[in-house]
Amino acid sequence: MSSTTDTSSNPAGAATGRPRTGGAGRTGDAPAGSARGKPGGRDLAKALPWIAPALALILGVVLFPAGVMFYNSTRDISQSGVDKGSVGFDNYVEVFSFPYFWPIFLRTIVWVVVVVVFTVLISLGIAQILNKAFPGRRIVRLVVIIPWAASVVMTTMVVYYGLEPYFGVINKFLVDVGLIDTPEGYGWTRNPTTAFIWSIVIAIFVSLPFTTYTILAGLATVPGDTIEAAKMDGASPARTYFTVVLPQLRGALSVAVLINIINVFNSLPILKVMTGSIPGYDADTIMTMIFKYIQNQHKVDVASALSVVAFLIVIVIVAVYVKVVKPTREV
Amino acid sequence: MTVTETRAMLSVDAERSPGGRDRGPARKRRYTEDQVPLGRVLLRMLAGLVVLAIFILPYTIMFFGSVKTKAQIRSVDPTYFPTEWHWENYVNMWSTPETPLPQNLISTIVIAVFATLLVLLVALPAAYYTARFRFPGRMVFLFLVIVTQMLQPAVLTSGLFRQFATLGLIDTWAAMIFINAAFNLSFAVWIMHSFFAGIPKEIDEAAQIDGAGRLTVLFRINLPLVWPGIVTAIVFTFVACWNEFAASLVILSTAGNQPLSVALTKFVGQYETSWQYVFGVSIVAIVPVVVLFMLIEKRLVGGLTAGSVK
Repeated sequence: MSSTTDTSSNPAGAATGRPRTGGAGRTGDAPAGSARGKPGGRDLAKALPWIAPALALILGVVLFPAGVMFYNSTRDISQSGVDKGSVGFDNYVEVFSFPYFWPIFLRTIVWVVVVVVFTVLISLGIAQILNKAFPGRRIVRLVVIIPWAASVVMTTMVVYYGLEPYFGVINKFLVDVGLIDTPEGYGWTRNPTTAFIWSIVIAIFVSLPFTTYTILAGLATVPGDTIEAAKMDGASPARTYFTVVLPQLRGALSVAVLINIINVFNSLPILKVMTGSIPGYDADTIMTMIFKYIQNQHKVDVASALSVVAFLIVIVIVAVYVKVVKPTREV
Repeated sequence: MTVTETRAMLSVDAERSPGGRDRGPARKRRYTEDQVPLGRVLLRMLAGLVVLAIFILPYTIMFFGSVKTKAQIRSVDPTYFPTEWHWENYVNMWSTPETPLPQNLISTIVIAVFATLLVLLVALPAAYYTARFRFPGRMVFLFLVIVTQMLQPAVLTSGLFRQFATLGLIDTWAAMIFINAAFNLSFAVWIMHSFFAGIPKEIDEAAQIDGAGRLTVLFRINLPLVWPGIVTAIVFTFVACWNEFAASLVILSTAGNQPLSVALTKFVGQYETSWQYVFGVSIVAIVPVVVLFMLIEKRLVGGLTAGSVK
């Protein structure tokens, strides 16, 4: 039974990012070769059969396509897919000289920042509710998972339907409560601006479960006695929250923000469903633009150039974020 | 280890929040010793109810819509609740002109099942070995795994498209199986790595002294102990592959090859969308994965965050 207890406590350690204890964990964190003499090529040869399949999958299906993408961004590829030779940076010139590029770029920033900020703020509130004991809490926690497990496409489609003029039920609700005057509605999904705003709402909604769960995991690490102590000292609940609880959530929040930034930046299905049928480029982000280049214009070369730009943006965001927030710092 | 013991372990684990062993007693104290006034409990329940209502709302609309007739769902003054329950929609929805939905369902299942199997086959040995042994390049390998966690198919789609076109695998299930497996590998490796790392090495050594080979140690000693981690990896990978959208959209062009996530988008912008069928299919696609995710609720966060924090 003792081994059982060990098993269950260790993944928990991993969840909070604390260094794992025990023999096996130590090997991971110490610099290689300090305790047991120098591991040599023979060790690598022994390891290969175990890690080679994973390595092959990562190299073949993640890193190699990334290389292909960089290479293609400097090539002239015909609509039928024939490589017609190098064009230097012409594809990049086409990306940046596209009149809608900078609006799209700014919209991408708005998209990521607004979604992530609201997601984190709302999740902090939901996590606070779900961290308190009350009858039925378990059911609420389970229900919160639904948008995480459900296909984002399908979640988005129900909102799209709900906003339809005349027969959409969300539209009807907005009419019934008096927020809009006519069942014709606002043309929510016909107008790029409103379609984009509703897309933001959906993106926040589907990002809440993961964020809430990460914050709940963080709240679980806040020691009960420090909260007790703050209470004893006469701190108000709000003050306790901001001075005792929130600082302890730093690690969880860092991870949540980082993963959300990447997810939201890469998000395609919401905007594809909500704004895909609107002509023009007034509701596009970099990600939907990449797919418009591939699917509508059949310009894989230009799409590759824009993908490289997107790729570099992701790397810069991650690097800056890690540098500024230092999410790996032990709290 | 018997099935019941494993169950017991799972439930022990489930009782515990991710804080770890030290948190158990603290949480219990909060439950039992603190006498929370009834008013506050009711207030919390009310807040919980609001959260529940918000999260279930879109799926309620979906469900109610799925049993309405086309006339009802497209009526100019719609009703919130279905006035009649047309369960026959769940039979009729599989034959719509927009897309071959039965084939789309099969595609979704085939891609998700085989991608999950591939992930398991590839991630399990890697997770075991990197948790148990040190070798030159170990940190490089683990770094690569983290990098793939930061990358998603969407940003690499143009590269994937060209590569699989060159390989002649464009518009095949095989391409999507490889892509889904590759991009979900990191979660599986991390979650299983942390479980393997949690087993005291002495258990292995004792077994080896007793004459067990390395594979015997892995299969007979370690696997039963890391079973919860394996289940988590399987479920998470399966659900992610089930819902994948961006790469499938570009790689799979034949209607019959496409998974449901891609196929359903064809209904949007139609002159007369059969929303009741869209929602029926959505319910069928959503319920199983929601149940799976609920089964691994307590461990959902672990594998996603472990890699990033390390």
